[in-house]
Order: sequence, then C-alpha cells, then structure tokens
Amino acid sequence: MGIVEPGRPAPDFTLARYEGEPFTRADLEGRTTLLVFYPHAFSPVCTDQLSLYTEVLGELRDAGLDALYGVSCDSVWVQQAFREQLGTEIEQLSDWEPKGAACRAFGALHPGGFPERALIIFGPDAVVRWSYVAPSPGDLPGANLLFDALAG
Amino acid sequence: MGDLRSAPLPPVGEDDHVRGPEGAPLVVVYGDYECPFCAALEERLHGLAIRVVFRHFPVKGSHPRAFAAACAAEAAAAQGAFWPMHDALFADQGRLEDPHLWDRAERLGLDLARFDADRRGEACAAQVKADFAGGIRAGVPTTPTLFLDGERHAGRPDEALWARLANLAVAPRV
Repeated sequence: MGIVEPGRPAPDFTLARYEGEPFTRADLEGRTTLLVFYPHAFSPVCTDQLSLYTEVLGELRDAGLDALYGVSCDSVWVQQAFREQLGTEIEQLSDWEPKGAACRAFGALHPGGFPERALIIFGPDAVVRWSYVAPSPGDLPGANLLFDALAG
Repeated sequence: MGDLRSAPLPPVGEDDHVRGPEGAPLVVVYGDYECPFCAALEERLHGLAIRVVFRHFPVKGSHPRAFAAACAAEAAAAQGAFWPMHDALFADQGRLEDPHLWDRAERLGLDLARFDADRRGEACAAQVKADFAGGIRAGVPTTPTLFLDGERHAGRPDEALWARLANLAVAPRV
C-alpha cells in the first residue's frame, strides 16, 4: 500500500509521546500539521533532515504550518535522547507498540520494519493535504518541498 | 529569509567565490566549515582541473559553529582573502571558536579589527543567509551537496560521480 493520498482523511492511529497522553487523530484537528516519518533516530541522514527542518522552523510557521512532529519506531526514550542531541524543539512520536502500526495505517511503513522517509501534511480538518515518500530511505527531501506544499 | 519555495539553482554571479582553471568544467558546492565530508570533498576537488563555486549552507543543529565560520570566510573575502581563509578553516575543523578565527586572520595578515567587525556585521550574515536560502530553494538537503550541469548530488559523491568529474577534468577544452 502506498502513502495516504491528498484528500483522504487521516486514519485512526495512536502514537506514544515522551510526556502526556498518546497522540491520536484528534490531535491533528484544528491546525495544519506536518508528520515527518524517518527510519531511525541517530542515523546520519535522519539527523541531517531534522536539523534542516529545525533551521527553517520559523519560516515554516510563517508559511502556515502550525505543528511539526517526527515519527519513528524507536522508543520514546531513544527519541527524547535524539531530540536533546539535536537541540530541536520538534517533538517526537513513537510507533513502538504495536510496532509500526500507525506507519502502516498511513502507508508509510518500509518492508524492513521501519518508517519510510515520508512527509505528510494534514489540514485542520485532519484530511491529508500533501504527502511524499522519498525514492529510498537514504534520500533526503529538501525543505523546499515543504514550502511548495504549504503554498499550494 | 523570504520565499523558500523550489527554484532553480541560482546562477553563478558576482557574489560567488569561484576558483579553478579558466574554462574548466564548473561545479557548485554547498558546504559548511564544520562538516568533515565537505573538507574531504574540497581536498579531492582541489586535485582536479575543475572550477569550484563554494556556497555556504550552515545548519546549526548539525554544526553549531558553521554559521560563525562562514561569516569569518566572508569577512576575509572583504579583504580579498576568501580562499586562504576557506582553506585555513577546512584545514583545522576542530578549532573554530572565536580566538581560532582571530588567529587565522592574523596569520593571513588581515586587519584584525576590521575582520572582527565585519564577521559580526550585517553584510556577511546577509551573504551567508542568501547562499543558504538559494540552496534550500534548489533542494539542497545536507552538506556537502554538489551541482554538476544543473544536476543535484546530495551527500558524499559516490565513485561513479568522482569518475565523471575526473573524466571532465581531463577532457580537452573547446
């Protein structure tokens, strides 16, 4: 199954957070949200990707993005350590148990058992506005794609 | 930083730093001085008959001193010493704090007070940010990213790309 396409409502899903209640479909409502699916915390390419998006966070907000989260199948403890290392305010969401279930629901689970390098923007109605999967997990999508999507 | 939507690679212009043999094939490199892969790339490119344009792409989360180092290179450029500073920065990436930057400026014979004022000034920051914004728009996702014939190659060049560069470098010029 491919990535959820624009116009489709977000499926029901549950992602664990480091602090507080799990993140669910209801959390997408009322704001424009980007989910950044990445294969593994601490892997070199993922580090670059989240650092890059952190660098342009202010511009993304100016372009109309209200919220941005990283999603991987790592545990919340690993994700928090990753976040601290990057010094990013981008919150991480964990698809740990059942492993990959939310990624699968979005069509963003790699056959290797980790997330594809995928991006999904949801409108405030929790409907997919734009989605993208990198040709391979090693390919890093530039931030320009996000600005194009937010302008579209 | 203004509009960051997709746009073609900015053409090589007056604000760019270019070196290499006149008429040789040209590559545009987006890099930062704290990136070890960029240092390795520069060294290997330097051994080829290739013209290199270097543009700044500092990302704080990955390389906290990259922006300051880029501004130092631009401040040196204001005194005609971009490439000597560029080489001095890449030659010793473990030493990029302020005193190390002053030390380099002194060794290069720059006016130190002017260098220090310039590197903290608006003009240098604006140049570095303009490079970065142009890179974002052209889809640069990381350092190093190299453009050859308008084609983007992100990350460390693979051996196929090196072979292509080596072939271009020895091709007869018309």
